[in-house]
Amino acid sequence: MQQHTISVLVNDQPGVLTRVATLFGQRGFNIDSITVGGTEEQGLSRMIITTGGDDRQINQLMKQLHKLIDVISVTNLSENPFVSRELALIKVTASPSQLAELNGIVEPFRAAIVDVGPSSLIVQVTGDTEKIDALLVLLQSYGVIELTRTGSVAMARSIVPATAAATV
Amino acid sequence: MSVEMAELQKKNGIPPIQFGEEVTGAETLLRCLILEEVEYIFGYPGGAVLPIYDSLYGSYFKHILTRHEQGAIHAADGYARATGKPGVCIATSGPGATNLVTGIATAQMDSVPLVCITGNVAQSLIGTDAFQEANITGITIPITKHSYFVRDIRDLPRIVKEAFHIATTGRPGPVLIDIPKDVANAKAPFTYPDKVEIRGYRASLVPSDEEVQEFVKAVGEAKRPVILAGGGIIAAQAEKELRDFAEKTRIPVINTFMGLGGFPGTHELSLAMPGMHGNYTANQALLNADCVIGLGARFDDRITMGRTKEFAPKARIVHVDIDPAELGKNVDTAVTVAGDVKSTLAKAIPLAKACDSEAWISQLKEWKEQYPYKYKKDGDVLKPQAVIELLYNSTDGEAIVTTDVGQHQMWTAQYYKFKHPRSFISSGGLGTMGFGFPAAIGAQIAHPDRTVISVVGDGGFQMTNQELAIVSQYNIPVKVAIVNNQCLGMVRQWQELFYDNRYSQIDLTCSPDFVKLAEAYGVKGLRASTPEEAEAVWAEALAHDGPVVVDFRVAQEENVYPMVASGNTLDQMELGDD
Repeated sequence: MQQHTISVLVNDQPGVLTRVATLFGQRGFNIDSITVGGTEEQGLSRMIITTGGDDRQINQLMKQLHKLIDVISVTNLSENPFVSRELALIKVTASPSQLAELNGIVEPFRAAIVDVGPSSLIVQVTGDTEKIDALLVLLQSYGVIELTRTGSVAMARSIVPATAAATV
Repeated sequence: MSVEMAELQKKNGIPPIQFGEEVTGAETLLRCLILEEVEYIFGYPGGAVLPIYDSLYGSYFKHILTRHEQGAIHAADGYARATGKPGVCIATSGPGATNLVTGIATAQMDSVPLVCITGNVAQSLIGTDAFQEANITGITIPITKHSYFVRDIRDLPRIVKEAFHIATTGRPGPVLIDIPKDVANAKAPFTYPDKVEIRGYRASLVPSDEEVQEFVKAVGEAKRPVILAGGGIIAAQAEKELRDFAEKTRIPVINTFMGLGGFPGTHELSLAMPGMHGNYTANQALLNADCVIGLGARFDDRITMGRTKEFAPKARIVHVDIDPAELGKNVDTAVTVAGDVKSTLAKAIPLAKACDSEAWISQLKEWKEQYPYKYKKDGDVLKPQAVIELLYNSTDGEAIVTTDVGQHQMWTAQYYKFKHPRSFISSGGLGTMGFGFPAAIGAQIAHPDRTVISVVGDGGFQMTNQELAIVSQYNIPVKVAIVNNQCLGMVRQWQELFYDNRYSQIDLTCSPDFVKLAEAYGVKGLRASTPEEAEAVWAEALAHDGPVVVDFRVAQEENVYPMVASGNTLDQMELGDD
């Protein structure tokens, strides 16, 4: 089963998230992650939903999403190059004396230690899902007390001539 | 306001609507309904809708006070199916609103335009589990085309305008408007928008010339084509275009259950109904066709039997539907047109040519003659199929017929040859028992001069028979034909065939005396137990100027055939014992 990232532009109305989530349940799809937030236009929100399915299933899902009155547009970002980021906060068992050691681990990931307590600290990391998973594996040996992740926010890359395309 | 609307108001003695006048939310709602040309409202009052009912007092609207909210919504549904206009119903908050749920789901499954108005507790009480509070917009999200919770009286006119637009355009469906009591009581200057603007909503889809050309090309190449005409033909009012297209291209037409009446059942190219209880010829046509043309049909599992790979195995499937999500949803398609069936056919007819299908038509005609619907007659025993034949012959197929769900529903679909659209009204998608009788009330109100017959089973009738009060109170001349086999017939049939005759909980022998029940409501009641009695009693019922309940006591053991058992494919039909 392929993973797909769907961008759904919706009216910023109470209950719209319920409508979208209900549709997934009603049609037998699973939501792997969902993020919702404001857009460049007042009154509209953008949902980034990651879900699994073959081409036919995703095609059907997108058509069903289109039918919701509060949905303005639906795009399958996975069909073209896109940028995807996730934010995670990871609380790890560690004493202040281990700070330098942990800094050495999070630094290559461009992550940061954003809180230090007597017996734990919090690591903040952004990036794609794989990067966060990789950092998690390293931190697990210290003992992960709590983890919270946002799910993906994503955006299609700008269309530019291939030779000038930049990778960030 | 349109000239027609102004004239309608004048004719009905409605004072001209003053824009800008300060009115309550309840009055705003009713003014909006007048401007939407609503005439009938089916409903039941309660605390949260008292402001609306107070405004209704002495108003222009004809309000039908049913005895249960389920009766109200099914009646509104029957009205909508019989006319194509949106049905309107009102219920109060909490239990009133939740009593609409089955009717909303019924309308959603069959794409029926309804506007359902519910009251709710005041916004200050929302979320407190207040008396008669229910989150009806939340409850109905999966079974409405759209729903609104009105937070501000100033939004109400726009919402009503949008609700009617959404309910009646594109693929029709039910829309719910939930109005809390404080909004109904609030005041604001009256306005009504001229037009609807809903960003992202595609109300109508006219196919491109290229799509139509591809459609015509695919159809033209076929030698054994068949049209599968669904409820979309009726919703789009495309019956003339369908007939012209079928006759010009010489393509036989199968009507799905929801499509019955969309193509005349008496036409030489008609193959009638396919699927689980469809006829031999229609199913053989699907099995042997080289091209199946789905027009406003959704290839549901009562036709494909859920075995989509074995369905129409030799055919390319061409599918036209106004709902793009239906294309490729249930079956693999070779050509798709996302568009309104009427405009697609109107564009296709001038381009289309006759197919090389005469040998195919001859083969189908042979099957039709060899394998008609048939049943074993048995002397003085009244067979249910004979009852339906009697109804058909006595009305020359011109009546509007509604049904409940079960064996009688299938026999009606088989033995009553529907000639006109909107003459067969039945819960196809959801299979709602209790639907037929209140739906007949709505249909009869819409067409007071036509014969309206409600064919019901003794089971389903007991789910909504309290609406006998309505036909009595308003003298609505519905003829109720109870096909009474003293059991839940279709359940009994499945228990006989698949559960080794273990008849669990299907016995209805202690039902009320339906004749006396009718009489208790002031309605004429009649009974027949033999074919001879049936003819005489039915003639009396038709001649009576008012509602009648006829209790047809039929053979209990009769099964519906042909039948494709659940899990089997269309080539595994059981034709019955005769």
